[in-house]
Amino acid sequence: MTTLLVLIVVVLLAVALWQLTKIFDLTQVGVKVNDSQVASDNDNKINGYLMFAFLGFIYLTTIYCFINYGHFPLIGNSASMHGPELDNLMVISMIVIFIVQTITQALLHYFAFKYRGREGQKALYFSDSNKLEFIWSVIPAIVLAVLILYGLYAWTNIMFVSEDDDKDAIVIELYAQQFNWEARYSGEDGVLGKANVRYIEGVNNLGVDLSDPNAQDDFASKELHLPKGRRVIFKIRSQDVLHSAYMPHFRAQMNCVPGMVTNFSFIPTVTTAEMRENPEIVEKVTNINAIRTKKSAALIAKGETALDPYTFDYLLLCNKICGASHYNMQMKIVVDSPEDFKAWLKVNSSKTIALAVKTASAEAKETESGATKSKDTTSISTKDTTSVAKLEMN
Amino acid sequence: MSAEAHNHEDNHDHEHHHKDTFITKYIFSIDHKMIAKQYLITGIIMGVIGVGMSMLFRMQLAWPEESFKVFSFFLGEKMAPNGVMTNETYLSLITIHGTIMVFFVLTAALSGTFSNLLIPLQIGARDMASGLLNMISYWLFFLSSVIMVSSLFVESGPASAGWTIYPPLSALPQAISGSGTGMTLWLVSMAIFIAASLLGSLNYIVTVINLRTKGMSMTRLPLTIWAFFITAIIGVISFPVLLSAALMLIMDRSFGTSFFLSDIYIAGEVLHYQGGSPVLFEHLFWFLGHPEVYIILLPALGITSEVLATNSRKPIFGYRAMIMSIIAIAFLSTIVWGHHMFISGMNPFLGSVFTFTTLLIAIPSAVKAFNYITTLWKGNLQLNPAMLFSIGLVSTFITGGLTGIILGDSTLDINVHDTYFVVAHFHLVMGISALYGMFAGIYHWFPKMFGRMLNKRLGYIHFWVTAVSAYGVFFPMHFIGMAGLPRRYYTNTNFPLFDDLQNVNVIITVFALVGGAFQLVFLYNFFSSIFYGKRTVQNPWKSTTLEWTAPIKHIHGNWEGEIPHVHRWPYDYSKPGHDDDFVPQNVPMKPGEQELHH
Repeated sequence: MTTLLVLIVVVLLAVALWQLTKIFDLTQVGVKVNDSQVASDNDNKINGYLMFAFLGFIYLTTIYCFINYGHFPLIGNSASMHGPELDNLMVISMIVIFIVQTITQALLHYFAFKYRGREGQKALYFSDSNKLEFIWSVIPAIVLAVLILYGLYAWTNIMFVSEDDDKDAIVIELYAQQFNWEARYSGEDGVLGKANVRYIEGVNNLGVDLSDPNAQDDFASKELHLPKGRRVIFKIRSQDVLHSAYMPHFRAQMNCVPGMVTNFSFIPTVTTAEMRENPEIVEKVTNINAIRTKKSAALIAKGETALDPYTFDYLLLCNKICGASHYNMQMKIVVDSPEDFKAWLKVNSSKTIALAVKTASAEAKETESGATKSKDTTSISTKDTTSVAKLEMN
Repeated sequence: MSAEAHNHEDNHDHEHHHKDTFITKYIFSIDHKMIAKQYLITGIIMGVIGVGMSMLFRMQLAWPEESFKVFSFFLGEKMAPNGVMTNETYLSLITIHGTIMVFFVLTAALSGTFSNLLIPLQIGARDMASGLLNMISYWLFFLSSVIMVSSLFVESGPASAGWTIYPPLSALPQAISGSGTGMTLWLVSMAIFIAASLLGSLNYIVTVINLRTKGMSMTRLPLTIWAFFITAIIGVISFPVLLSAALMLIMDRSFGTSFFLSDIYIAGEVLHYQGGSPVLFEHLFWFLGHPEVYIILLPALGITSEVLATNSRKPIFGYRAMIMSIIAIAFLSTIVWGHHMFISGMNPFLGSVFTFTTLLIAIPSAVKAFNYITTLWKGNLQLNPAMLFSIGLVSTFITGGLTGIILGDSTLDINVHDTYFVVAHFHLVMGISALYGMFAGIYHWFPKMFGRMLNKRLGYIHFWVTAVSAYGVFFPMHFIGMAGLPRRYYTNTNFPLFDDLQNVNVIITVFALVGGAFQLVFLYNFFSSIFYGKRTVQNPWKSTTLEWTAPIKHIHGNWEGEIPHVHRWPYDYSKPGHDDDFVPQNVPMKPGEQELHH
């Protein structure tokens, strides 16, 4: 039925257009005998005016978007130390873009309007001007040089961070798999144990090398807790395909690449609780909840369950196509005050992976003995791990 | 040079006496004009499929919880049970949409149509250097199109790892079902496509270098030819790299090598792959992938240069600067690929280098944009549909190009990478712009191709609705991108954080549907005008270039008798001292007349 309707609409549309062109043709009858399909002075006039109107359309679209969607962009309200610097660069770039866009579009469309063809109008034979071309090569070059320098300065500050720079830094592993995130904390010793997908077995789903002394106190979490004011260094792994760890509120993103460990680091500056108090976030949440209430009403009318009200949380999203459920690969991030973080660590640090494995193996004593022996190889050199993998598969 | 041209002439005089059968004339033709039409019509069919897919997934994005009968109608019950598009189908659609639009429409059909049509006609040659290679090129392209389309019908679904086909997702059927037979067909299709593209490009390069008519020096070439020529060179440099990447991926998939894969645990088992890296694939892919943007864009800019000058009745402003900027863009395009990979895990130092080279490319681009605007200044603009599309191209090229300043900056890329901001950026700067270029070319050279004119009023309707909807779709899209909305999400309903963006998605989709529907106006105009359009005159746009000196009715060999000789550059519009406002290239200089553009 819908198909039929669509077909009818299409046919009617075609007929209407055909009629429209006929009308156009008829209006031209008296004006000029010339029915060539080359633009006449009248066409030039109409389209010239439309060009001018289109400039208005572009400006209006811009204004409309800034008024109605201007609060969407993640500018300001960043929750990391480097955020304001990045936002600042963003604002500067946007201003440059805005100015250039406004001027060039005006010139383009105004000229298209102003110099629309007219009988007897003579175009100017003006083919070259080194001076003009010099000006519009040099001005962009200077502007870009400034943006590049600022950008590179910020980039260096953000990306070139090592553990040695910041003794207070906490190292956390972000682990990606279709379609889940997990975080691994280093525990008391502050050092993450070695890991490789070849060690994955049962509850040891992150592939931690349990023969590594550093791995003994490692524990995993489905929620990413970060301490406010302390540098966090992420060691990022993936077990299957490419993922991307995107933390928009922290202006942070890094791909997760199977076979290698990637890094990103930032200092969280605003706790989740503080962010929820932020007036702009409050407004956003209210707005979203209004939308959700409306939706819920419709759902209830249909006899379905209503949506939960939304409270603000930082999120880690997957931002690299990773499979069918890519659209739902997320993890909650909680930024705690230093005290809360300590408390959280205290509660969770006992749930080590080693302990979980021990408990699981105690439950299934039989199958386990062979595998533990083979795991005595500590180094993850290529040859060793392959042999381990083979043993495990047997 | 002229000796070679004469040899060529003799060959064709000889061939001239053969009687063309239907098959040699319309199917296995070696005539560049027929091959151009074949490319165009194949491209239009692929374009309908590609654009149609975007309509479907835009509907899914706007109304994720609704079911649509059209989904089941077009996609079948398996891909859209009860009118609900599945998540894998969504990914297939965006993958094939990207592949078709980037490669099949805007690379093959755009270059294939206009390089084939215009290179021999505008440089004054009887045909391409090798008509046979040219025919093989088209038929390989046709074969690759058929394979790509047929991949839509395989049991496990078409490729669905995104058009960038990053492994391991594209390498492992366990990761997504589209990476089974669908991906195999994708790779086979692309390998054939690349072969077709290389044959075409080599032909274009050889033809431009060797077969120019007497007097047609490189600095008298129309900018279209410069654009096609440089495009072909970039294609020859970069496409083989994608071919090698595709072959390595085939090896990884089928023969157990580990070029791109390492340490993978999936579907409950550890795979044997060891030592490869997906980042290597990204490098290889984008070594083609970025130049590819310019392979798409440069021909469109070339067409625009020609159309703007002709319809402004003015010389193109800064002819030499335009050539220099084409060459500069081509050169820079091969050393900027890393800006797609700032956060891929490669060394951040590389990010700094690529930021630098990327932003450099803005300079020649700015020169081009300003030169176009200056070309309009004090002209006598004939606002034909082709001209409108060319002006539209300059507009979207600026709007889309400017946001490149943000994306090319590694620091800012951190937060907008792979969001809808990127989608908005590249659709405007290369998608819409190149499509406009293609439309401009079609409206402008339709009379040359088919001997008839397109209906201008339908052309105007087509342009204005397209122009409004293009901005309506892609302008608001920047904002949801800057809000952090990732691309390639089947639905955003799992993120209450993005609930307030949903109404923007609806607006975008409505504009997209309207814009998409009005392409039917173009299709109607195109196909009906082939048969019923008004017959054209010899030189309908009063243009200076050589193609308009060739007879309207196509003959093999292009000109009866001698090929016209060239005496001047292609932009003598409104030159002082002449009665007409254009002086064709084959008109000898008057005594004492100066070549003013030097």
